[in-house]
Amino acid sequence: MNILENKKVIIIGDRDGVPGQAIEECVKTVATAEIVFSVTECFV
Amino acid sequence: MNYSVIKSSGYILVHVPDMVLQNGTTQTVERLSNPESDYLKAVNNHLRSYDEVVSYAPNQVYIGNMTPAELGEIEKPWFKNNFENANRQGKFGEIMPQDEFIAMIKMEDVFDLVKLDKEFIKEVMPKLEMNSIISENKIKNLGEGVEYNEIKELVDVQHSEPIYNNSKLVGCVKRAHDVDVNLNAHVMLENLVVKASGVIAFENLIQKNNLNIEDVDYVIECSEEACGDMNQRGGGNFAKAIAESVGAVNATGSDVRGFCAGPIHAFIYAASLVKAGTYDNVVVVAGGATAKLGMNGKDHVKKEMPILEDTLGGFAFLISKNDGVSPIIRTDLTGRHTVGAGSSPQAVIGSLIMDPIEKAGLTINDIDKYSVEMQNPDITKPAGAGDVPEANYKMIAAMGVKTKQIERKDMMNFVKVHGMPGWAPTQGHIPSGVPYLGFAKDDMTTGDVNRAMIVGKGSLFLGRMTNLFDGASVILERNPGKVETEKIDKDEVNKLIANALRNFGMQMLED
Repeated sequence: MNILENKKVIIIGDRDGVPGQAIEECVKTVATAEIVFSVTECFV
Repeated sequence: MNYSVIKSSGYILVHVPDMVLQNGTTQTVERLSNPESDYLKAVNNHLRSYDEVVSYAPNQVYIGNMTPAELGEIEKPWFKNNFENANRQGKFGEIMPQDEFIAMIKMEDVFDLVKLDKEFIKEVMPKLEMNSIISENKIKNLGEGVEYNEIKELVDVQHSEPIYNNSKLVGCVKRAHDVDVNLNAHVMLENLVVKASGVIAFENLIQKNNLNIEDVDYVIECSEEACGDMNQRGGGNFAKAIAESVGAVNATGSDVRGFCAGPIHAFIYAASLVKAGTYDNVVVVAGGATAKLGMNGKDHVKKEMPILEDTLGGFAFLISKNDGVSPIIRTDLTGRHTVGAGSSPQAVIGSLIMDPIEKAGLTINDIDKYSVEMQNPDITKPAGAGDVPEANYKMIAAMGVKTKQIERKDMMNFVKVHGMPGWAPTQGHIPSGVPYLGFAKDDMTTGDVNRAMIVGKGSLFLGRMTNLFDGASVILERNPGKVETEKIDKDEVNKLIANALRNFGMQMLED
């Protein structure tokens, strides 16, 4: 069972690491996961 | 192909401890939201002295008194191991103290918006007269100053932005319009700081390299503020204002913006303008950002360490026609993060690093040094942002493993050999790829580096116009020493004419 199944997901990405959009694409592969918030932040 | 070259560089820092509290957004936002906070009360106890800032090893690297490799030998955290032979002046530039800089802000103010206390001007004058980048004419711009009470009233009643030195009110910047938010006192201070620190960088570029300022044809400014009024917020431009101040009478210029990626875009533009023959000598210049002072201050205070984001940064580079010696800028080998590239680390490294390398028919091992986001880890690690350059190098190495250019076991060795420790202050555009350009000139002339890549990235999404971020890169190479001329000899001209006449005759016969 995928850890994201039937979960609501909050994504905080890092521009210089893994950005929010890239994490979103991964989460979308789990049909029952719901992205409720996604953002990319700049920490530098 | 005859490429343009990176001819010379200037790098400066300005120690501005009072501006950390007064103008850094972490502190100004805290003052608005929680004016009695413990953090605000603690800030002054965590500020460094000027001597501490000068002897801080990463700062000595920034102005060229120590190499990145030498910095890598010093035990971290670097703020606990100050450099004993530190000097205000460096090979590339200088570290200016706050009082001189406050006077510089007034000297760069052509609309009489800055008012300084008479007594402050008297105190700082001997230091200004000793500074070789400050001309007598500039000192005349200071005037005599005004009474303290006038400044107090301008700040308390007339919406002026205060200027402090050693926690004492010594001046202010007036608003430049009664209702225009783009000309209010806060914006005018930020913009005058950009101009003044850009001028210091440019003056150091001139003086440290004995340049003839009249040879400069074009100036590109690439910091992160915008000057304009309510009808054109980012109308510009800092470039021509800075050019005017340093006496570049034969130059005009323009501003290039791209958040932290501004400098790499400006660098590629400048190299291309020179290669195209549009201009012979282009200077890329940037001043510093007051807003980012003390950006990670809360974490630094929490970790009981000094607030290390206490300096403004600035730089200036001269890009010129091929001199047969200086590193060439391979404007045909650039990387760019395109709109359709995607945001995964593979897509970013692919577009910025692998694309130009593959175009050149090279591997990642053929680039001797990568200059990426060169943020100082002393600043970023305590704030939880990690070691930014090292993370970038690991991603390049991982891509090398994925493409079978290096073995997995060699990843950390790749990071060590092809990477560098970060030494630049977290001023956004300042650390973004370009801090290495000064060292690149040495490493690729007298040193053992044959190729380097300069990589810059920027967080465009902060402007809320797109969710995208950006990046660009370019390869530098050791100059092969041949300056190609594009002369066509007489025989070749005769052949061209003969061919044209033959074709014309054939065409007539066919008709």
